[in-house]
Amino acid sequence: MSDPGVKLWCNFSDYKPGLGSNAAVAEANRCLNCYDAPCTRACPTGIDVPGFIKKIATGNMRGSARTILEANILGASCARVCPTEELCEGACVLHDLHERPIDIGRLQRYATDPVVYEDDDSPPLFEAAPENGRRVALIGAGPASLGCAAELAQLGYETVCFEKADKPGGLNTFGIADYKMTFHTALKEIEWIRQLGVEIRCGQQVGRDISVEQLRQEFDAIFIGVGLGGVDPIGIDGEDLEGVRDSLEFIAELKTHPKEEVALSGKKVAVIGGGNTAIDAVTQSARLGAERVYLVYRRGPQQMGAYKHEQELARKDGGVFVYHSQPVEILGRGNKVAGLKCIRTEHRKGKLQTVEDSEFVLHVDYVLRATGQSKLTDLFEEFPGLAIEDWGTVIADIDGRTSLKDVWAGGDCVSGGQEVVNAVAEGKRAARSIHKTLQGER
Amino acid sequence: MADLRCNVAGIESPNPFWLASAPPTNTGDQVMRAFDAGWGGAVWKTLGEPIVNVWSRYGAVDIEGTKMMGLNNIELITDRPLEVNLREIREVKKRYPDHALVVSLMVESDRQAWHDIVKKAQDAGADGLELNFGCPHGMSERGMGSAVGQVPQYTCQITEWVKEVATVPVLVKLTPNISDIRYAARAAKEGGADGVSLINTINSIIGLDIDTLTPTPAVNGKSSHGGYCGPAVKPIALNMVSQIGADPQTAGLPISGIGGISTWRDAVEFIALGSDTVQVCTAVMHYGFRIVEDLKEGLSNYLDQKGMTLQELKGHSLHKIHNWKELDLNYAVNARINQDKCIGCGLCYTACEDGAHQAIQAEPRVDGRTYVEVRPQDCVGCNLCSLVCPVDGCIDMVEIPNDFEPCSWEDYTERGGQLAPRPEHQ
Ligand SMILES: Cc1cc2nc3c(=O)[nH]c(=O)nc-3n(C[C@H](O)[C@H](O)[C@H](O)COP(=O)(O)OP(=O)(O)OC[C@H]3O[C@@H](n4cnc5c(N)ncnc54)[C@H](O)[C@@H]3O)c2cc1C
Ligand SMILES: Cc1cc2nc3c(=O)[nH]c(=O)nc-3n(C[C@H](O)[C@H](O)[C@H](O)COP(=O)(O)O)c2cc1C
Ligand code: SF4
Ligand code: SF4
Ligand code: SF4
Repeated sequence: MSDPGVKLWCNFSDYKPGLGSNAAVAEANRCLNCYDAPCTRACPTGIDVPGFIKKIATGNMRGSARTILEANILGASCARVCPTEELCEGACVLHDLHERPIDIGRLQRYATDPVVYEDDDSPPLFEAAPENGRRVALIGAGPASLGCAAELAQLGYETVCFEKADKPGGLNTFGIADYKMTFHTALKEIEWIRQLGVEIRCGQQVGRDISVEQLRQEFDAIFIGVGLGGVDPIGIDGEDLEGVRDSLEFIAELKTHPKEEVALSGKKVAVIGGGNTAIDAVTQSARLGAERVYLVYRRGPQQMGAYKHEQELARKDGGVFVYHSQPVEILGRGNKVAGLKCIRTEHRKGKLQTVEDSEFVLHVDYVLRATGQSKLTDLFEEFPGLAIEDWGTVIADIDGRTSLKDVWAGGDCVSGGQEVVNAVAEGKRAARSIHKTLQGER
Repeated sequence: MADLRCNVAGIESPNPFWLASAPPTNTGDQVMRAFDAGWGGAVWKTLGEPIVNVWSRYGAVDIEGTKMMGLNNIELITDRPLEVNLREIREVKKRYPDHALVVSLMVESDRQAWHDIVKKAQDAGADGLELNFGCPHGMSERGMGSAVGQVPQYTCQITEWVKEVATVPVLVKLTPNISDIRYAARAAKEGGADGVSLINTINSIIGLDIDTLTPTPAVNGKSSHGGYCGPAVKPIALNMVSQIGADPQTAGLPISGIGGISTWRDAVEFIALGSDTVQVCTAVMHYGFRIVEDLKEGLSNYLDQKGMTLQELKGHSLHKIHNWKELDLNYAVNARINQDKCIGCGLCYTACEDGAHQAIQAEPRVDGRTYVEVRPQDCVGCNLCSLVCPVDGCIDMVEIPNDFEPCSWEDYTERGGQLAPRPEHQ
């Protein structure tokens, strides 16, 4: 392991590796096969968890994959990226027996990988239905749009995703921590989805390369699945220095480049924020070899939005949590970052306030912003009459219907930022609603 | 430490745990290692005329990932030369004078042949003989094994021949491949057997390899029915053992119980239903001789805890096995769910709803689990829910007292007994 490139690469190996067949069957046999299973109820896409698990136990692998993918077309991604501790596995009844919950994520991976990633000669599990003559445009090709388009294609719709990036998948491709799922794994799954007849046009930004009006003319319905924008500057001095970055850009870069090109060996990093994105920035900086990684958060551990298991991972990776601290200035040497000046905060009279004369400096080479993604309001404004929340997300009901009768929306641009599995579920529900509406028009 | 010494049909043994006649008792080396590990006795792999075995010879049933719940074999008797076996028996007996060394025998149905083999085994120092009238495959095609055990007259006849020359106790090993074990046991007793051992293996096809659609164990693409044993057969064996103890004609006949014994708990059951010693094969083939430590210790602790001797345990539960018509129809029980233990898996609901009497109510709980409750007026007390519940002690079957006298089917039909009311739609 003397080659530093190899070592860095190892740091990013699967943190939930796949199961071998013996282990998978043994694990599957532990599942009790609950009635109205709590794990299924906890899954936003409602995968019949005991159903697919029992099929693993009997060796009905194709049936198992079908059960999963029918409910969640991104089932292979979700097997890797879902915060299962908070969802299905968190709900497993075995917790109450003081046993390990069923390893649902890894079983799901075991069942779906062969279908999604391994080309074999067996007939495809899912196919596009014969065309019904209706067309739906989807803005963005992230999990929400893919969930929607895959469902529509199976109902006979012509679906076209317009994606501004040069590769599809949204944050599932560019944002997921690399040790959970790589860039290429995400893209390969999308190739599989394309086989259902989902068309994806990359490099097409709606509002720039093609207008909303044109889409509304050419298509019977529109689905908005644009997610959120980048992390805006926080508005302190020094943010223009070299070494200050949006954590999403940083993550996208490390996922798409050989690790030695983006190594942080010997560097010190400060990540600003308290959510899951901040955690991912910490863990991945550490895995790129950073000598020290601080997580700077305004409030205390209790208020942190990041999942407990994610915080735990960041600590194991060596992240230093700096609570009750607010950045006030980024210090530079020449045009490069040299430090992050912070001030202590405290709760006074029910409000978060700074503590006088409590400034301190963290000597760092990089500052990564992870303070929340912006909303893509510019695009929404192109839809006259589209109802938007004050905080900039699209207003949509449980079926994804917006205030416009030909426009549906789902995923992060509606929720303000959840998980891949929520986006897929919302996209799928919207597809059903679109189908119902367009059928009614006939 | 309870005294585990015992005696079956006059054969003394330091403890009731014997290796059954099978691969674990193939050689002197194995038997000596087993005695060193703590086994009280061993029944040598069946001796007889030289045979040749097939190579692929075992198959197993795995249940939900648990290996070898049932084992099947198409192996014949020993394939080692008789002289080698006899020499090793002599050697083992010399080195282990206090252990029970029983020799299993099977030859063609010829008086002289039986006389010869019995004498040879006795000369080698056998403490007892076990006549293998049980093997259901291969040997039975040649008129031996279960071909003898299935016909009471043959069983009696050959036992008589053996007794003509036997100087040590004779056990007859019975086959379960019959319709009523009592006839076989009676025949053995009539022929002069000092005791019986049971069960031998059950006729079976263990399964098919569904990729090749070939039955297993496959011998060059073909198979044959074999003998089934292992944990899955224990209930069948227990029933047969109890039937011999309960039959007035064979009551008191010494029994060496066999069939699916893997733990000391299994042994307690066999002994409580009338066994003097127990024999083990599959569990040793699975986990080795070392299991005897737990067998002995577990039984001893159990006896100490109960304040019982091994002799007191023997046959203790026999009087609790009755004809169905004598069971009390007015003894009512109901399932009661202990909500503080319930994990909300809903298994009891599915089982009762689809497989029993629709007596459990299920509702989604706010925490994502299932809330379950028994409707007492609908519950027939069948036990099913308590059997599927994954939490120990979560579902109790509680007695529902009533004002009726006990009343069996016999009481009801022959003595005008009164039946307590039962759930409506039963
Ligand atoms: C750092 C990070 C880590 C995460 N880790 C996890 C995780 O481990 N597990 C998990 O389940 N979730 C995770 N998430 C959340 C998850 O990635 C999102 O919830 C999910 O991707 C949302 O899907 P979406 O389709 O709504 O939006 P996105 O994934 O954001 O996709 C939107 C797409 O629309 C495109 N687009 C935007 N505007 C236009 C336009 N005008 N024209 C054309 N295309 C446009 C974008 O380029 C993008 O491809 C993470 C998020 C982040 C930020
Ligand atoms: C509770 C119960 C009741 C049964 N009652 C009957 C019956 O009334 N008639 C019958 O022919 N078999 C009856 N059987 C036997 C089953 O039909 C079946 O032959 C047996 O259970 C073996 O199948 P298995 O593989 O499901 O265990 C009963 C089995 C069970 C478990
Ligand atoms: S809750 Fe756990 S045990 Fe029950 S079905 Fe789901 S995974 Fe299986
Ligand atoms: S004992 Fe039988 S009838 Fe009563 S609740 Fe349980 S399963 Fe249902
Ligand atoms: S099977 Fe047992 S633990 Fe599960 S719901 Fe029923 S009573 Fe509760």
